[in-house]
Amino acid sequence: MSALGTEGHPARVAVIGAGPTGFYAAEHLLSRKDLVFDVDMIDRLPTPYGLVRYGVAPDHQKIKSVTAVYDRTASHPRFRFFGNVAYGTHLTLEDLADRYHQIIFCTGAQADRRMGIPGEDLTGSYPATEFVAWYNGHPDYTHYEFDLQQEVVAVVGIGNVAVDVTRILLRSADELARTDIADYALDALRESQVKEVHMLGRRGPAQAAFTNPEIQELTELANADATVHPDEVELDDLSKAAIDRTRDHTTMKKVEILQSLVTRNAQGRPRRLILRFLVSPTELTNQDGHVHGMRLVRNRLEATPAGTLVAKATEQVEDLPAGVVFRSVGYQGVPLPEVPFNDKWGVILNEKGRVLDPQTKEPLPGLYAAGWIKRGPTGVIGTNKPDAAETAANMREDVGNDIVLTPTHPRAEDAEAFIRERQPLVFTYADWRTLNQIEVSRGGEMGRPRVKFTRVEDMLAALHR
Amino acid sequence: MNITHVLAGKGGQVHTARPEQTIREVLAVLAARNIGALVVVDEGDRPVGIISERDIVRAAVRDEQLFRHTVAELMTKELVVGAPEDDLRVVAHTMTERRIRHLPVVVGDRLIGIVSIGDVVKAQRDEYEGEIAILETRVKTEHP
Repeated sequence: MSALGTEGHPARVAVIGAGPTGFYAAEHLLSRKDLVFDVDMIDRLPTPYGLVRYGVAPDHQKIKSVTAVYDRTASHPRFRFFGNVAYGTHLTLEDLADRYHQIIFCTGAQADRRMGIPGEDLTGSYPATEFVAWYNGHPDYTHYEFDLQQEVVAVVGIGNVAVDVTRILLRSADELARTDIADYALDALRESQVKEVHMLGRRGPAQAAFTNPEIQELTELANADATVHPDEVELDDLSKAAIDRTRDHTTMKKVEILQSLVTRNAQGRPRRLILRFLVSPTELTNQDGHVHGMRLVRNRLEATPAGTLVAKATEQVEDLPAGVVFRSVGYQGVPLPEVPFNDKWGVILNEKGRVLDPQTKEPLPGLYAAGWIKRGPTGVIGTNKPDAAETAANMREDVGNDIVLTPTHPRAEDAEAFIRERQPLVFTYADWRTLNQIEVSRGGEMGRPRVKFTRVEDMLAALHR
Repeated sequence: MNITHVLAGKGGQVHTARPEQTIREVLAVLAARNIGALVVVDEGDRPVGIISERDIVRAAVRDEQLFRHTVAELMTKELVVGAPEDDLRVVAHTMTERRIRHLPVVVGDRLIGIVSIGDVVKAQRDEYEGEIAILETRVKTEHP
């Protein structure tokens, strides 16, 4: 037989997860002429794009233009998509190892970190990601309910998810109606009684995780006035010294934007954003099982030996009345059946994308990871491209050295027949292109980018299945 | 991005030396692992110093018989350590300013990893490359 990685004997790869990282990994493997790969991309959802479809905010359509690149990868003759097929449910590691030379996990960071404080599980306290998945029409979240009858909301965290949730809560229904937000979410948000959103950062303005365009947008919303507490946007000595030392323009600009809010007069807009810094919730208070407010402790900044400024609680406390709390304090990967996991970091145990044996710490042949499940949730969508490139380079090297799995059914037709047997309701990329056209044309009639299918049954019906 | 994200992709293994080991043994590990420094730990796995290529080069100029010396004699004892939550941008700045090429990462007094200046540069490069990739895509799709 010819060497592995040639036309007659391609290296067959299963990519688990159809988010940005999965597509970048596929692109890196398929784009090289020296080694021939077959890529089968498998996702538990019927549709591709992962968080680009179900995470990126509906009012940020331009960010979704990256999918044009993914579609190009998907049109490669050696690429196939199997949607609605779940690793661990329809397919085991053994099933895949029997049909592929390499398996790469690109499953992201699906779990919310908890705040670890009393009252976190009261009604009205939600993980921000569940709200995001719900308003984006993720099929697993369509039946979720969020209490939008409260006037005061607290969002814990100031990363990009916290910013998205805050913005969606503050926008008017008319603004949202021009997006591809899920219809049921639009209906619920139309009835929203939310008047105030308090966004809580545990460190100071110079350490805030949001980007400058994100915060600028948030403070210029047509439907909400933005305010800060003057003493909280005043820089402490450590932050001042850090800025003087690094002369980091991005940070200086960020502080400038936030401090400019001190003198800005309210324009009488219907809703209000209150940006808070140097505060951490220590407890959610309870009234008849529902969130009633939170106890906040004020923080001060302290430098680590390496120079990072971290928050330390002081004795000073404050009570913030709030009927709803969204927490967005970090994410972590979820362990996958039969794949070694590093609990400490919440990622697959790996070295530069090669999955390691937990005992020997040596690579397990044929198993790889890329993206958030490899390094943790950080960076923008594009950061996953160089990340996937690193893993893909190792995969090519291992094919060259014949360090691969030894499938007994390495033919493409065998794998497809097997997947269809395990999950008859499989979705192909052609199916997705059909659904996409329907969604876009439904949206066009209403001046929206698309109207999403949010239920798998509806997708099947649209495909006459 | 912080130190956690760098350590996550490094397999969680840290190569260490004991103070009583010889420089000969250290050089063998550095060469075999293709790395530039070992964290020196005591019997309780607490970091007490770091022994780097540079420490060894400096000693070699003074004494050609350095192979027999112990780690304790040559190691750098003033350790600058990192914490998992340390921000990479700050770490890059600190490492450049203080001319440190390896930063042991500790939680309490327990060693949990090591970050090299190469790791930091690579993580930052990936972040910038990623941003450029997205901007390029947007320019191409919005202004074809």
